[in-house]
Amino acid sequence: MSLVLDHIGYRRGDEALIADVSLELARGSMNVLLGPTLAGKTTLMRLMAGLDRPTSGRLIEDGTDVTGVPVKDRSVAMVYQQFVNYPTLSVYENIASPLRVQRLPRSEIEARVARAAKLMRLEPMLQRTPGQLSGGQQQRTALARALVKQARLVLLDEPLANLDYKLREELREELPRLFAETGAILVYATTEPTEALLLRGRTATLWQGRITQLGPTAQVYREPESLDAARVFSDPPLNELALRKSGTEMMLAGGRVIPAVGALSGLPDGEFRLGFRSDAVTLGDAGGDRLGFPGVVAVTEISGSESFVHVDVGAGTWVCLVEGLHGYEPGDRAEARLDLSRAFVFAADGRRVSADAPAPALRQSVPA
Amino acid sequence: MDTRSFDNRAWLFVVPVLLFVLFSSLIPMMTVVNYSFQDTMGQNNFFWNGAGWFQNLLNPTTEVGQRFQGALVRNFAFSFTALALEIPLGIAVSLCIPKSGWQVGAVLVLIALPLLIPYNVVGTIWLLFSRTDIGLLGVFLGALGLPFNVTQNAGSAWFIIVLMDVWHWTSMVALLCYAGLKAIPDAYYQAARIDGANRWSVFRNIELPKLRKVLIIAMLLRFMGSFMIYTEPFTVTGGGPGEATSFLSIDLVKMALGQVDLGNAAAYSLVYNLITLTVCWVFFTYTTHVDQRDAA
Amino acid sequence: MAQITLEGIGHAYGSGAARSGTDYALKPLHHVWEAGRAYALLGPSGCGKTTLLNIISGLVIPSEGRLLFDDRDVTRLPTEQRNIAQVFQFPVIYDTMTVAENLAFPLKNRGMAKPLIDRRVGEIAAMLDLTPHLGRRARGLTADAKQKISLGRGLVRSDVSAVLFDEPLTVIDPALKWELRSKLKVVHRALDLLMIYVTHDQVEALTFADKVVVMNDGRAVQIGTPAELFETPEHTFVGYFIGSPGMNLLRGEIAGTEVRVDGQVIPLGAAYPGLRPGQEVKVGIRPDYAVLSETGGLPVDIRRIDDLGRKRLAHVALGENRQTLVATVPHGMSVETGPGRVSFDPARTHLYVDERRVHGDSFSRGRAA
Repeated sequence: MSLVLDHIGYRRGDEALIADVSLELARGSMNVLLGPTLAGKTTLMRLMAGLDRPTSGRLIEDGTDVTGVPVKDRSVAMVYQQFVNYPTLSVYENIASPLRVQRLPRSEIEARVARAAKLMRLEPMLQRTPGQLSGGQQQRTALARALVKQARLVLLDEPLANLDYKLREELREELPRLFAETGAILVYATTEPTEALLLRGRTATLWQGRITQLGPTAQVYREPESLDAARVFSDPPLNELALRKSGTEMMLAGGRVIPAVGALSGLPDGEFRLGFRSDAVTLGDAGGDRLGFPGVVAVTEISGSESFVHVDVGAGTWVCLVEGLHGYEPGDRAEARLDLSRAFVFAADGRRVSADAPAPALRQSVPA
Repeated sequence: MDTRSFDNRAWLFVVPVLLFVLFSSLIPMMTVVNYSFQDTMGQNNFFWNGAGWFQNLLNPTTEVGQRFQGALVRNFAFSFTALALEIPLGIAVSLCIPKSGWQVGAVLVLIALPLLIPYNVVGTIWLLFSRTDIGLLGVFLGALGLPFNVTQNAGSAWFIIVLMDVWHWTSMVALLCYAGLKAIPDAYYQAARIDGANRWSVFRNIELPKLRKVLIIAMLLRFMGSFMIYTEPFTVTGGGPGEATSFLSIDLVKMALGQVDLGNAAAYSLVYNLITLTVCWVFFTYTTHVDQRDAA
Repeated sequence: MAQITLEGIGHAYGSGAARSGTDYALKPLHHVWEAGRAYALLGPSGCGKTTLLNIISGLVIPSEGRLLFDDRDVTRLPTEQRNIAQVFQFPVIYDTMTVAENLAFPLKNRGMAKPLIDRRVGEIAAMLDLTPHLGRRARGLTADAKQKISLGRGLVRSDVSAVLFDEPLTVIDPALKWELRSKLKVVHRALDLLMIYVTHDQVEALTFADKVVVMNDGRAVQIGTPAELFETPEHTFVGYFIGSPGMNLLRGEIAGTEVRVDGQVIPLGAAYPGLRPGQEVKVGIRPDYAVLSETGGLPVDIRRIDDLGRKRLAHVALGENRQTLVATVPHGMSVETGPGRVSFDPARTHLYVDERRVHGDSFSRGRAA
């Protein structure tokens, strides 16, 4: 089975919530919708499911036009960010509910529920009600219900967002595998770039109701085609630097002038914007031909083994990645050192222009 | 997040209700409208009277106009008094109801008792209660030397009717407020304690604002209830002494069923209905408007 | 400004003297919270961190132990007499008041003079970027702005013994969390107050706090700086909970200055005279310090590579029992699933017995074990 979105649009009043989205989702594929809150992920999923009818475009399932066919006549399972379960039913009955609707024989229901409960590690809790479960167990119940249904289209709308991060780590590994076995088309909405990378498959970056880029996840990450796509696929947020090139010089925002080097030398004259992730800029001596920007530390965020230092360099505040745990304090002076070869160059209209530049090289980092 | 799908067939489910409303309200009401524009000489002969009945009713110099105006003033006075007593009292009672423990159930059942008693029985209870010969209240007040007599003294009649309404309906306000209070998250009270707020401040800045929506409903319900009151005062005072407790409803029944003055009564009832609706509508739109303005 | 001392503070819900260890929501704990420092209570839901916070704020009276603010015993004092401020998980605002009145409320209740109140409210509003909203009614604002007001009300009093935060960023839009975390850090430095921050999010805890109390199952399993928690987890739970992914744990047997894991030998950076040869231990090593290598190290079976963009992690199986661990793939190394090699940094390889770290005699100088 395949699902094709053919120029799907959805307007409410004067507002275009989804604009001209075309996608082709193959059987057994993992498809990630990556975008910030309110980018249109949930709206798009509701259109795919048939919960809402698109105001333009067609939805085609295995060659059949299913635009406007209501969700109950389609084979769809959906899991939400909130833990949605029937509060008065036991976990067993919660998982079995879609099968009861399908009027499957009792033995079949028992077998399928038992299998799903085993995969989701819910076996000891089958007789409890959702109120007696932890958040993670509640969400696993909702996931098990989606799993037993063996729907052809499975929509997961930020299913792990409300869980502790440790539980998130575990479920994130298991989920794609569990659903892949059913051969369903899997669509997974998330706001987190790291989650998209771990899920692999294909990623569509979504921004203001439009798909800004679509492709294999790692490729979209490494080669964003536009400023919008790069911003959506960066966490911590993308660092940016506006510049104007004229001849062999470049005037940076803030007034500094540097010679146009490397990939930048090939650019025509005009306004550009550099975008680079936190790992392209570090503090202190990192070796290599890096460009230094003196600045003041705003804050240091520490995630386990890495420190993300926010540095105000005058032309804006950048997030710099420093390996290890470092106690840069607010107000400290520091020099952000940018690896230009790993910066993306965008034209004034936001499109990526450094097509001739070498692919961002993975460098051997040299400890200080 | 709204996850319901839209299906026009849902309207089919509304059809039985529409039919019921049609036969229970719309058709009888159209009969009344019909009467209000016609006059009769008996023998089922009706002729067109235009706005005559309405002009009559709204002209305070006519006999009907006077009756109507008097009853209307009494109605507003009664509703205002009832609300002014029941709403604050209801809030006060709700604040005293325990929040947890076995006492909750007991207290709620006790408070709800007056609501479970039929209207005419409420009237009868208070009729007996206020009698100066055998009624506990009547005898007691008489013994204190107060000139208390429901059948002869207008003040006594009003006193007992207002008291009866407060007794009957404060429970409802209290229960509504209690539900509203229970919905306030604990964090608000904890924050207030930490902020050093006193009891009055907690009430003024947390409880009262959070009860706002509930209170609007309570006031609407109690206004409609008190404005359309009939059974209890009819049982206790029959509208007397004189016209002292003749409310619109009592007067209307007298006119329609006692005097069979159908044209006047029809116009009377329509205007009565219209006033009730208008007051509720104005009150409701005003409060929701204030809500929206604040939210913007 | 004060320091807060926990003297054997513990709490069991319900009553009755005879208790087993499992009845405790919070197992008895000794700790001193120093004035002016920033602490985080970190742990999964149900670990007792909120109970501990509520004991300090006075919303819960502990079933045992004493609580001291400086030298004053406040164990049984009600919240309002404790001189603390608290920010809750969900925004608590006074609907009918303006933003400025909301911020002024705790000061007004304590009878502070109007000019002083105005000045302080102005300062706090400026720190939290609330100045443009000061004259507005609070109820119409977004959840983010409302939570900023709650934060502001918690920070507005300069005379409090402590400011307590109960997962205050839960309702904040993910994109704004970065900003508010930085704000809190800056505010802590500017105000010099003792702050205690409850969270289940390691980034929030490590970023905010000078010292983190990691809690699990009603017990404080380690109290330390972010670096200590990362480099030397004293408990396997800390190893697991801090770091994403957490520390690798392998079952093995001690053999001198090495550990045997299913026939493979992992070198150690310290001697463990306290352990008898052949004793069963768990080897703990962070994925950051177990690195794939071309030549050296132990043979493993590489089962999967996760490409996280700025780094790559390999899931590998080691030894005949195929114990799994996560290792870092060095930048620039090309790697495929199948046979490979992993080398461990001996100085960062720790041993655990009964889930607690065994302290050894380090070989390298300057590294305290």
